[in-house]
Amino acid sequence: MADVVQRRVGGSLRFPNRPSIIASSTIAGPMEGKGPLARWFDCVVEDDMFGERTPEKAERRFMRDAIDVALKNAGLEPDDLHIMVAGDLLNQTVTASFTAAEVPAPFMGVYGACSTSVEGLAIVASMVDAGFADVGLSVTSSHYQAAERQFRYPIELNIQRKSTSQYTVTGAGALVVSSGRGPVVVTEATIGKVIDMGIKDPNQMGPAMAPAAADTLYRHFVDTGRTPDYYDMIITGDLGAVGSSILRDLLQRRGVVLGDVYRDSGALMFEGVPGTGVGGSGCACAALTMGGLIYKKMLANEISRALVVATGALLSSLTWQQGESIPGVAHAVALEVQPGAAT
Amino acid sequence: MPNPSKRKHNANEQAKYQRIASAHVPKPPLARNLVTAFAVGGIICAVGQGVLNYFVSSGMTFDEAIAPTLCVMIALSALLTATSIYHHIGEFAGAGAAIPITGFANTIVAAAMDFKREGYILGMGAKMFIIAGPVIVYGVVSGVIVSAIRWLSR
Repeated sequence: MADVVQRRVGGSLRFPNRPSIIASSTIAGPMEGKGPLARWFDCVVEDDMFGERTPEKAERRFMRDAIDVALKNAGLEPDDLHIMVAGDLLNQTVTASFTAAEVPAPFMGVYGACSTSVEGLAIVASMVDAGFADVGLSVTSSHYQAAERQFRYPIELNIQRKSTSQYTVTGAGALVVSSGRGPVVVTEATIGKVIDMGIKDPNQMGPAMAPAAADTLYRHFVDTGRTPDYYDMIITGDLGAVGSSILRDLLQRRGVVLGDVYRDSGALMFEGVPGTGVGGSGCACAALTMGGLIYKKMLANEISRALVVATGALLSSLTWQQGESIPGVAHAVALEVQPGAAT
Repeated sequence: MPNPSKRKHNANEQAKYQRIASAHVPKPPLARNLVTAFAVGGIICAVGQGVLNYFVSSGMTFDEAIAPTLCVMIALSALLTATSIYHHIGEFAGAGAAIPITGFANTIVAAAMDFKREGYILGMGAKMFIIAGPVIVYGVVSGVIVSAIRWLSR
């Protein structure tokens, strides 16, 4: 019993076998290509329909390409994968399961709304750390048109965006996690609790998710004994400008000052891009930022520790029409550069 | 034993949070919205008036000219919707683009375009009126009520 490895720190998970991210991929749509994160993407697709007849099919193309590029970047074949965890925003996560039908890997579909990218990574990292898989892949996608018609209104409808509206990110991001030594290590994960603060307006997803993000971050810092400045970068998924300002406020009230290391990927994604409201949202928002900006900055040794907190608004078009409030969830993973792996 | 009151945030906590959150929510640019809605709505109506005047000047009575004017405005809106222009007007002008009959036509064409992918029967045919439907239903209902009041108070 003396050799039992400590895998739980407080309520958070610690990965003592240091599962590594050996490759990432980021396939982004045209609007995302206009934003400041574009230089970190593997590929910007100019036609958001990807030449397909429906946006749902186009989203699958994004996910499929993300998988192919990630495997290519890792120098692996689809048969090498011991597990693939995927998720998206569409009903019954059809993007994930239909795409998985083309990939010969054991598959688990997950749904955490826009928090799915980190949820998937946490699951894959746990499996790799525990020895259930040597190589695993986590992939998520979202598509503006597909999400818009499922959650909101027809694309061509004349409607004015509210001051808190967000814009669904089109794209897909994948990460390959391996038990072997890689450039970036997944060190801890803090799994989110679902928190419902009674926000009912689907145009206010940032305010609906901010309490969950505050709770997860607070617990992460308490569990690990760290403070925000331990990290070179703390990134939330898609709180947008409004939600991230609320998050700072909530944490400050609990004595945690996020400071300059904190940014929101939703706010970053469309910085300076007109017609996108207070920022991006969707599964691909955190996925593109994590696989692009963060992973590549870590490869370049520009940052050595990062905390990614992907946030999800757990609503459906039925629940908000029935007057229910919007529960939020946020999952966090801590990443660090493998010592001595700098390029 | 889990304490149920700990599991779900109570109404007080929710109200307190919503006060904190609403302080961060930017106010909608009301003055700008009013001006653009007024201007664009006015322009659309002016175009409609121009079309009406044309029909009257080419020999129709005022009453005869109303129906073809509406047809022209609806066709124009359908064209602008299909070419992906009308939703930009709507984004800019809000109610100014939504209230005139062109906005009504846009809701039907936009839904028809969107649901065409699910087929002509179960998609387009069934869901074309998903936005416009309530307007038609409650327009007819309120018409019946108003007519009934008028009939009863004769």
